[in-house]
Amino acid sequence: MSGDAAGEGVKMRDLAIRDALKEAMSEEMRADESVLLMGEEVGSYNGAYKCSRGMLDEFGAKRVIDTPIAECGFAGVGIGAAMCGLRPIVEFMTYNFSLVAIDQIINTAAKAHLMSAGKLSVPITFRGAGGAAYQLGAQHANSFEHWYAYTPGLKIVCPATPYDMKGLLKSSIRDDDPVCFFESELTYSMKGPVPEGEYTIPLGKADIKKEGSEVTLISWSKNVFLTLEVAKALEEEGISAEVVDLRTLRPLDREAIFTSVAKTHRVVVIQEQHEVASFGAYLSHLISTEIFDELDAPIELVSSLEVPMPYSKSLESVILPSKEKCLEAVYRTLR
Amino acid sequence: MDNDLLCTLYHDMLRIRRFEEEAARLYTERKIGGFLHLYIGQEAVAVGALSVLEEQDKVMTAYRCHGHYLARGGCSKAGMAELLGKETGCAEGRGGSMHFYDIDNNFYGGWGIVGGQVPLAAGLAFAQKFKKENGVTLCFMGDGAINIGPFHEGLSLAALWELPVVYLIENNEYAMGTPLSKTFPTDDLSIRALGYPMARETIDGHDIFDVRSKVHTAVQRAREQNQPTLIEVKTYRYRGHSMADPQKYRTKDDVNVHKDRDAITQLGNKLTSLGMEARREEIEEQVESEIQEAVRFAEESAFPDPSTAEKYAYVGG
Repeated sequence: MSGDAAGEGVKMRDLAIRDALKEAMSEEMRADESVLLMGEEVGSYNGAYKCSRGMLDEFGAKRVIDTPIAECGFAGVGIGAAMCGLRPIVEFMTYNFSLVAIDQIINTAAKAHLMSAGKLSVPITFRGAGGAAYQLGAQHANSFEHWYAYTPGLKIVCPATPYDMKGLLKSSIRDDDPVCFFESELTYSMKGPVPEGEYTIPLGKADIKKEGSEVTLISWSKNVFLTLEVAKALEEEGISAEVVDLRTLRPLDREAIFTSVAKTHRVVVIQEQHEVASFGAYLSHLISTEIFDELDAPIELVSSLEVPMPYSKSLESVILPSKEKCLEAVYRTLR
Repeated sequence: MDNDLLCTLYHDMLRIRRFEEEAARLYTERKIGGFLHLYIGQEAVAVGALSVLEEQDKVMTAYRCHGHYLARGGCSKAGMAELLGKETGCAEGRGGSMHFYDIDNNFYGGWGIVGGQVPLAAGLAFAQKFKKENGVTLCFMGDGAINIGPFHEGLSLAALWELPVVYLIENNEYAMGTPLSKTFPTDDLSIRALGYPMARETIDGHDIFDVRSKVHTAVQRAREQNQPTLIEVKTYRYRGHSMADPQKYRTKDDVNVHKDRDAITQLGNKLTSLGMEARREEIEEQVESEIQEAVRFAEESAFPDPSTAEKYAYVGG
């Protein structure tokens, strides 16, 4: 793990993402009485994806709160409670369901601080799974992080590894602004090294997941793992790729992007979103206007096809970014 | 009845009326932009309801918010300056007419999406109960809010979690220009309470004493038993939905029926009949002087510095 390693001599152990998330929430709840967790199935059921296993037993029903299926209602309650100094973690079983709460998130959580000239703040963390995950069908396979990333006032956190998940969730809970924190159904069981004991990762800091010199691959969330596969395949062909894991979209670590591009002069952005009006399209604009002179090739953007996600495996696999599509995009930048 | 209380209620209602009459004038002079939704006619609701709250209680409302802000003790100068978009406004010119805030007085806005404040208010009450503050949240909304999703989800959670909140529907008979008869199948809005379930009440909004006594009962129910209440107050706005509303949906006679029962006029007459004519005149002069001072202050205040346009997007930003 590059970037913010926890320091020399710190003992590491392998932890699944769901357990890294549970540790982050539990540690913050032990440290701060104002932190609480609410959402569907978070208590008695131990979480739809078992991210809150054992938390009801440890913290009790006052702070680990099972809700009815009413995202708009409990998101609003969380926001109101945050205005009064509590630090709610609101779990969406998936971000697909957050759309019935989107007015509360965008029109209230994101804007209350501005509208009240700083008299109100909303230290809330929304978290849940986003993106496609093996044939969930059109209504359960959306990557909505860039919908939220469009909104000033929100912070958007999209980690990939267990280490990043834990460190960034702790920082999100402590942050005084509303945070949308994105996970993935596909990776809750994925294990990776996580240090024993306390650490946090600051929001707004990208991580170079693999150093390289000939092309910069930018991604976030679970696509980081696809991107690392692509980099490995390139390495075997003798092409040196650098993998920039953005980790947060707002605030965005522009310097990390510019530094990498200034080194490699070629960029491929790999995202699960559709291309039109997407975060990758914004990155392309940003790089091409801020450091145009550093570019030796047009910026490539690998996205999902412009169609709602159908169910069948044969269709889903051609719609999502694939290793092959990413490799072709890299080859185009090297022509 | 306590004469001082009568004088306070008269003062507080008249203060809202005069504030808004001046706001309407400034709007026609194009000194106020955007939307301006006036509360004129409904003053007895905010003043009566807020007069029974304690200091630690919290108040939230929709976009027709000037009256609630003032009744909760909001500064008229900061309110008028906000309407003019000045940096001395209660939201430093960031909020505008629909987004007044006065957190020091536990006035939590001022929200512009119909029904959106209903779950938020449950959240305020949730925090009051969580922190054992012995506080109650009073949440206002219009009759136009009772069919939208957040209303139902907010009331469902308030009842389920036994939150110390009182929801008060100000039924002024029109959701913008659409009469209630087109949006609700009966004329008793309080029946919405039955399904959650929670206690319910109906109040005559032209009678400030009816407002006070029934809201007080609901507030006590919230404070002592953590039981929410849904209240319908039958009231009326004399002006259009906003300043842009030509009011083709009603006649002058429709409005006059209500003006004849105007709560401010009624209470003013009562003061006179109780032999407090001098006290009444004193209040009227005091209000007039305060509002004129508010207008002067707002007009003389500076606009926010353009270099601060991105301030308050984030905490510390």
